Amino acid sequence: MLIDRKIDFMGKRKAAAIISVALILVSLVSLLINSLQFGLDFTSGTSVRLEFADSVNINEVNGILQDNGYDDAVVVTFGSDREIRIVLSVDEEVAEAEQSAQALQTGEQLAELLRQATGAEIVLLGSDYVSAKVGEELAEQGGLGMLVALGIIMIYIAVRFQFKFSVGAVAALAHDVIIVLGIFSVFHLEFDLTVLAALLAVVGYSLNDTIVVSDRIRENFRRLRKGSPLDIVNISLNQTLSRTLITSFTTLLVLITMLIVGGESIRGFAMALTIGVVVGTYSSIYVSSTTILYMNVTREDLMVPVKEGAETDGLP
Amino acid sequence: MLNKYPAWKNLLILVVVVLGFVYSVPNLYPDDPALQVSHESEPVTDVDLAVITTALDAAQVDYFGEQLIDESALVRLNSLEDQLRAKTVVEDALTEQHIVALNLAPTTPELLRRIGAGKMNLGLDLQGGVHFLMEVDMEAAIERRMEDNLSNIRNVLRSARIRSNGLSLVSNTHIELRFADGDIRSQARGELRDLFPELLFQNREERGESILDLRLTEETILQVQTDTLQANRITLLNRVDALGVAEPTVQQQGSNRIVVELPGVQDPAQAIRILQRIATLQFHLEAAPGASPLNYESYDYQGILVNVDNDVILQGDRVSNVRAALDENGLPQVSINLDAQGGQQINRVTRDNVGRNMDILLVETKSRTNTVRNDAGEMEDEIEFYEDRTLISHATIQTALGRQFRITGLSQREANDLSLLIRSGSLAAPMTIVEQSVIGPTMGRENLVQGINAVQIASVLIIIFMLAYYRLFGLTANLALIMNILLIFAIMSSVIPATLTLPGIFGIVLTVGMAVDANVLIFTRIREELANGIPPQQAIDAGYNRAFTTILDANLTTFLVAVVLFTIGTGPIKGFSVTLMIGIMTSMFTAIMGTRALINIIYGGKSVKTLSIGGPKASGSTTASDV
Repeated sequence: MLIDRKIDFMGKRKAAAIISVALILVSLVSLLINSLQFGLDFTSGTSVRLEFADSVNINEVNGILQDNGYDDAVVVTFGSDREIRIVLSVDEEVAEAEQSAQALQTGEQLAELLRQATGAEIVLLGSDYVSAKVGEELAEQGGLGMLVALGIIMIYIAVRFQFKFSVGAVAALAHDVIIVLGIFSVFHLEFDLTVLAALLAVVGYSLNDTIVVSDRIRENFRRLRKGSPLDIVNISLNQTLSRTLITSFTTLLVLITMLIVGGESIRGFAMALTIGVVVGTYSSIYVSSTTILYMNVTREDLMVPVKEGAETDGLP
Repeated sequence: MLNKYPAWKNLLILVVVVLGFVYSVPNLYPDDPALQVSHESEPVTDVDLAVITTALDAAQVDYFGEQLIDESALVRLNSLEDQLRAKTVVEDALTEQHIVALNLAPTTPELLRRIGAGKMNLGLDLQGGVHFLMEVDMEAAIERRMEDNLSNIRNVLRSARIRSNGLSLVSNTHIELRFADGDIRSQARGELRDLFPELLFQNREERGESILDLRLTEETILQVQTDTLQANRITLLNRVDALGVAEPTVQQQGSNRIVVELPGVQDPAQAIRILQRIATLQFHLEAAPGASPLNYESYDYQGILVNVDNDVILQGDRVSNVRAALDENGLPQVSINLDAQGGQQINRVTRDNVGRNMDILLVETKSRTNTVRNDAGEMEDEIEFYEDRTLISHATIQTALGRQFRITGLSQREANDLSLLIRSGSLAAPMTIVEQSVIGPTMGRENLVQGINAVQIASVLIIIFMLAYYRLFGLTANLALIMNILLIFAIMSSVIPATLTLPGIFGIVLTVGMAVDANVLIFTRIREELANGIPPQQAIDAGYNRAFTTILDANLTTFLVAVVLFTIGTGPIKGFSVTLMIGIMTSMFTAIMGTRALINIIYGGKSVKTLSIGGPKASGSTTASDV
């Protein structure tokens, strides 16, 4: 009654564990040293988006800005090579009440300044301003939301499955989140609110995978009479492999479409989700199962509790 | 019988599909760029409409569908460029009391509109526009209230001839009254007790003085906050109206913030100026007959010419509250509350002038755009500020007025308008802008196009894959997918007043990717059952049943995540979580029930040997080793 495939996933679990631990360590180190490149939502400040008629020379723009007193301006390309984004931090000198009006003017001023200096045709696409107050709040709320989500999920899994499974699931989730954050940190990718939303989506997605696999493991533990836990886990993984791969594949299809067609504003989100899906698939196969094995899950743990009277191990 | 849906289930699915189709169709009708012309105080007439059309003809701007709707005029144009040109032309042709707004007029056919079908609301990031988050200074509002209380207390004690050692506002929620001894304090307490139900009274001894602490109750503080936020919100609404923006959003966010979204606004700087515009009330007496023209100004008040004396007897910032209500005869009235100082002032003036008329002027600082020739000889736009004065009330002083007085002899509508006007004259408390976004129109359009492309391409890719991998079953999954997208559109267009943002579109794209998951689960199960030698009909049944709990679990967790996102998120993130939640629910319906119905129709009740589901062929029995 087995399907043909018989890949010994769990046999490779030591190697997988080493890779995972290594990735996590690198991520943590990078997060500690580099931290994250926080977007405007969290840092507060003003951002101005400009579109040039021809491709832009970032260094030239930078130079012009520096010369005109915008020392702390950060300039990046945004989408095509004709669009740039200039980010300025909050001007402490200006009273809070005036800041937004000033932010508006800044957009026009920068556009005008660059027009004069480069002679190029420039269109002001838009501008954003986030006050220090709101920036802090969003950061707090974001972090809190993340913790709350993880908390709820832990409780949910503990209720739905056995406690040992819940540990496995949470381990997989933490693994995914840390590595995604790590990659963002190492490559200096911008971390804004949409990326945080993507992280939460990754949590949900990875959980899906983990649940499907755990479901199958539980079913097999109950159904198959013989076999060590390791064998049962292996069988379960093989059985769910095609489903896991296909789902990841279809989701990735969709995400890569987003990355290519979606434009700059969704880039961070799509990137986080793509990395998350890849890492999540891997973690559903290795991390949660390994944890389960490590915690010595046995058939007994998963048996439906026998009615009163029986006190022994409850074999059906 | 296996794999046969009862008739009602099939009917239900059919009905849902048709509804989904019908209610999402309006989205195919693109809106027309249009101008909406309204007037500050009167309805727009045919005469105005004629002026508009003449002006457009003269400027050679093509237009169509001109009509009067409610109290405004609507003119449709062919392009966004035409729309902008038309605005300048029409504004020049009409008076300053006319408001010309850029609008998107729906082209949904009458039939659809009558059943409540409409287009989805597009968020700012898809339309272009301006977004402000304004924070109300609650401290200031509360302080103002307590200052009011303090001067009232002072007056009460004075008229009761109770001497105090000092009255002070210690913090904005705490007034301290110091008395020489406990008796005087008790006296004071007796006097004040009933007059200030919103304050908590406490005795305290300190440095030999008997102190009476007065604090605002928690309830009152909350009440003040709620009232202030409401008042400011209404004021903003009125001002936004004056901007002439179609479909603006002015909503409360949290306990002390207001979100203002103005789609289509091209000039955010002007928007800010108008939102924070200064408008004040001024109380005057009517000029005495025979007074020199130097001392008064004439205003038109409901057809009569009124001469208003130049002296300001009271400034509007002394007004602490105004309400439209019914008097003891059930007739409409406007009751006005002044603060203590205002009460004194008005009393002094009115007690000497009973029988004369009192006039209230609304003075607004407005802006207008003029096209002038600059130094280089080119025409350019210039913004000019001016003061607009309107006479909003002209009533006879019956007796000497105090802190509270009322204006009667009005119709219900006049009473409401008047109280609104007075209230909009000043903000209940100052506001600061703490967050703002300006999205240019080109960016908005680009975003929309990109989003739609993403949905289309992603769907096509998935469809191809499902067809190749799961054959006929894959086809049903594809049909279910299309139904899913239609349902999401339909729900967002008509059932839930949700706004579609760019992340929202990507939420739909993500749902597309994940909806297939349910089908993958089911079909994989079916394949497994077939590989184990189970006959086709049973395999189908088993597949759907076994997979159901797993699908439920998986979708439930994603739904939980979406709920968390919805709770902590604002703006675009909320939009994303909403589409995700809707998408999960619709996808469960279409992926499970939808495909099942189709499969049942194709295979149900017939004797079949094989299922067109792809995958390795079931070859009787494989090496079955029970592990």
